[in-house]
Amino acid sequence: MEILVCVKSVPDTGEEEIELDGNDLDYDELTYVVNEWDNYAVEEAIQIADKVGGNVTVVTVGDEENEDECDEVLRREMAMGAGNAVHLMDEAFEKSDARGVATILKGAVDKGKYDLILTGAQADAGYGAVGGMLAAMLDYPYASLVNKIEAAEGKMTVGREIEGGNTEMNEIELPCVLSIQTGINEPRYVGIKGIRQVSGVDVPQYGAEDLGLDESSVGEGGAKVKRQDYFIPEAGEGAEMIEGSDDEVIDKLIEILKANGGL
Amino acid sequence: MTQYFAYIQHAKGEIEDTAAELAAAAKAMGADSVTAVVTGSGIDDVAGKAGEFFNEVYKIDNEALAYPNAEVVRKALVSVLPDDAVVLLSHGTFAMDLGPGLSVKQDSAYLADITAIEGVEGTVLKTVRTELGGSVSTHVDADIAGGAVITLRPGANEPAAGGVGGTVTDKSGDAGDLSAKRKFVEVVAPEAGGVDITKAEMLVSIGRGIEDEDNIEMAMELKEAIGSKAEVSCSRPICDAKWLEAARQVGTSGQTVKPNVYLALGISGSFQHMGGVKGGIIIGVNKNPNAPIFQVADYGIEADILEFIPALTEKINSL
Repeated sequence: MEILVCVKSVPDTGEEEIELDGNDLDYDELTYVVNEWDNYAVEEAIQIADKVGGNVTVVTVGDEENEDECDEVLRREMAMGAGNAVHLMDEAFEKSDARGVATILKGAVDKGKYDLILTGAQADAGYGAVGGMLAAMLDYPYASLVNKIEAAEGKMTVGREIEGGNTEMNEIELPCVLSIQTGINEPRYVGIKGIRQVSGVDVPQYGAEDLGLDESSVGEGGAKVKRQDYFIPEAGEGAEMIEGSDDEVIDKLIEILKANGGL
Repeated sequence: MTQYFAYIQHAKGEIEDTAAELAAAAKAMGADSVTAVVTGSGIDDVAGKAGEFFNEVYKIDNEALAYPNAEVVRKALVSVLPDDAVVLLSHGTFAMDLGPGLSVKQDSAYLADITAIEGVEGTVLKTVRTELGGSVSTHVDADIAGGAVITLRPGANEPAAGGVGGTVTDKSGDAGDLSAKRKFVEVVAPEAGGVDITKAEMLVSIGRGIEDEDNIEMAMELKEAIGSKAEVSCSRPICDAKWLEAARQVGTSGQTVKPNVYLALGISGSFQHMGGVKGGIIIGVNKNPNAPIFQVADYGIEADILEFIPALTEKINSL
């Protein structure tokens, strides 16, 4: 089975406060990591390839600005066990919307021959759209939020995470596109040594022309959806903040717990 | 002229509450008239109920639509809807399955998980949504001249009033070929047994802020200190990491809980998580003063939970 996994470098938000610089993110304060969902997708691809045979290729989309971050993410996923990587990079790709990213990825899919294409269920912007769009462009069947996969000849049984802790089981024909939900597996640990081992591997880069893309269909010009800014919403009424010394805060909390049937 | 549609989800003969929110959102875009679309098998009753909030209801009745398999629903919608349709959906696991592909097939803009509609200027729709797990908001514009597929965050729009009395139009004959390469098999319920957090009066709920599996013990000790009315629950990342069992997960993809007090420790407060908390007072403890939890909680404490939890446990034990 030939498996393509689409991955993305995203800002590491963690538990820390996000800093803004005017109406944009303060990029100097950001560190980048692989999108959390993508690690699960890569792990799942590796497990499927181990079980039924095949190869795993990771692909990402970027521009000159984030060349290093993209390269780092691809090598990290190779260190996990993906055999090949493809870096799609062009100035024309900058500020693509989800549709643009799917269009670029379709260019890469058309250059290869893949039975299974995986994406993370969502990334930093939270649209969760690239996988479904790519599938529709390819006329492949699609299933989102997949948290269970049983691979068989020519088809798969996949579980989709739906509301209330339920799982919706589907049979899906290959080739197909699946978006992977976190928790489907336990992504393996990647150490410094593993990353060092793939540091010298050649990762091919393809631009718009290599992929046969019309530049007006991608990037800012091709985007139907445009983000105007970033902002922190004015705090509304919100929570009543409990303040004071550590002891005072805890005493007040205990009073609240007692008054409301928590203690 | 732009035509507005709302896809109505339904289960067990009832339309979902979000239908009224979709009607209100279309009005906020300046729609004079909104058409509901109801798909399924044997849905006369449900289609009539949708007429309560919409001027017209398109009914697409076909056995192939008996279960809402997004791949099949998409084909029906593409056949029935005009190319420049603006289609509204309630953001959830079905909309995420249907929306992106539908927008490609309709060649229209896709906007997901919109929290506010600011209006339409010319053909540009102005909206608000969040990014980076809810930690920042953004204004997003979309040109909807060629149509749009828009998913709206549940609860973000005030529901519209009912009593519209829309008429039902049968579009079943226009559904076209409904064959699909993905077939629905069954819905599997979560495994029963073990802990039941839905019965607890007090939930000590932990999130990513707990940082390490070894620190789970802190939450267990706090629960022990409080006693039998308390149970430990958690947000998604804790279950994904397998630090706690899935039955303890609160949220739209986990359990819905109604404790007297929900103590959210190191939980950012995403809407998917808070969607599972349906009552009682909410107290958020987080070291990030901008964490969304402080917008939805009744009480907030800015603190590092790794220091706060042991201090609280010690105090309760000394009472």
